[in-house]
Amino acid sequence: MAEKAAALDDENDGRDRLKNEAALIRRIRDGERELYYELIHPYERRMYAAAFAVLRNQADAEDVAQEAALKALKNIAQFRGEARFSTWLIQITMNEARMWRRKGHAHMMEPIAIREDEDGNYTPRDFADWREIPSETLERKEVRQKLAEALASLGQIYREVFVLRDMQQLSIEETAKALGISTASVKTRLLRARLMLRDLLSPGLGGNWSSRLSFEFEKGTKPW
Amino acid sequence: MVVKCEEVWREVSNYLDGDVSPDLRTAIDEHVRGCKECTEVLDGTRNVINLYGDERMLEVPLGFSHRLHRRLEGNMPGNRRTFLGWMVAAAAAVLVVGGFEVARSSSLGRSSEQRDQRSQQAKPGSGVPPDMMVLVSSDAKIFHVAGCTFIHDKAHVRTMVAREAEREGYAPCVRCLKKYLS
Repeated sequence: MAEKAAALDDENDGRDRLKNEAALIRRIRDGERELYYELIHPYERRMYAAAFAVLRNQADAEDVAQEAALKALKNIAQFRGEARFSTWLIQITMNEARMWRRKGHAHMMEPIAIREDEDGNYTPRDFADWREIPSETLERKEVRQKLAEALASLGQIYREVFVLRDMQQLSIEETAKALGISTASVKTRLLRARLMLRDLLSPGLGGNWSSRLSFEFEKGTKPW
Repeated sequence: MVVKCEEVWREVSNYLDGDVSPDLRTAIDEHVRGCKECTEVLDGTRNVINLYGDERMLEVPLGFSHRLHRRLEGNMPGNRRTFLGWMVAAAAAVLVVGGFEVARSSSLGRSSEQRDQRSQQAKPGSGVPPDMMVLVSSDAKIFHVAGCTFIHDKAHVRTMVAREAEREGYAPCVRCLKKYLS
C-alpha cells in the first residue's frame, strides 16, 4: 500500500516536472533565455557522461557538453516535444561528441581489451561466485576507478548503449532514438556490454583487483 | 518449456529488464535454480547493472557546473551589448547607485534592516549572478555550486537560484565561489 502510494507520488512528481519543463521551454523560446540554465541544470551530469562515453577524456567531454548545451539553446525552437527534452539533449550531445571525435580533437586511444563481433555467441569467461555487492562499496574511489576502467575498455558501440541505458536509465526506445539505431541493436549491444563487464569484473580474471581490496571484509567472505 | 545454458545467457539481459514472456521467465527461473553457472552469470550481470546504475558513477569534474554556467552566460544574446545598450546600462547603474547611497544615508544606525545572515562569520558575497543555480543544505550556512567538494550533508541539499539563497541568509562558499568574495 505504502509502496503504491510512493509510486503514485513519484509519477505525479515526474508529471509536474515535465509540465514545468514544458513551461520553461515555452518561456525560453519567447525570449527569456536566462532561464535556460535552469532547464538544463538537472541534465548536466548526463550530458557529461554521454560525451565521456564517446570520448573517454574528461577535458574533451567537458568541452563537448558545453558545445552541446549551446547548440541545444540555439536550436530550441526545433524541439517539438515528440521525445523527452532530456533525450533530445543527450542526442545532441552524442552527435556533438562523435563530430568532435571525427574532427580529431579527441585525445583518445582505441580500446584494446575487447573487439568482438556484435553477432558472436557469448560464453562466460568465468563462473565466479558473485554475491550481491553492497552499494557502499562505491564509496571507495578505487572501486569506482576500476569500474570506470572496465567500462572504458569496451568498444564504443557497447559503451554508448550501456551508458545511456544502464547509467542514465534511458529506456530501450529512448536509447535507440538517441543513437539512431534500432531497438533490436540496442538490446544486442546491451546484452554484450553487460556480459563483457561481468567478465571483466569477475574475480580471478580481469577482476583480480577485487582480491586486493578484500582485506577490508570479514575473513572468509568476499565482497562479491 | 525447457531452456539450455546458452539460451539463458542470450536472454539474461532481457530477463533482468523484465522483457521476456511469462513462459520464458518461468523456464529460466527453473533452469537457474538447478544450474550454478547460470546463477553466477545472472548474479554477476545484476551486480553490474546495480553498480553502474548508482549516481556515484556519474561523477563530473570539480567546477564543471560552474564553468558550464559561465560559458552559457557569456553566450546569451543579452550579454552582447551595443554602444547604446552600454550607455543605457551605465546610466541605469548611476541611478541605482545614487538611489542606494541616498537610502543608505537615511538608514544609518538602523541595523534591524540589515539582511539576516545565518552566519555571523561568513562574508556576504558581491556580484553573484542572481539567477545562478546553487546548492544549499538546510542546516548549513553556505551556498555552493554543484560539484563543490565542501558541501555538507549532501543527502539533504536543495537547488535554488543565488538570489533566493542570499535572501534566505546563506553566504557564498569561500572555495567554489571565491571570486565573489573579494
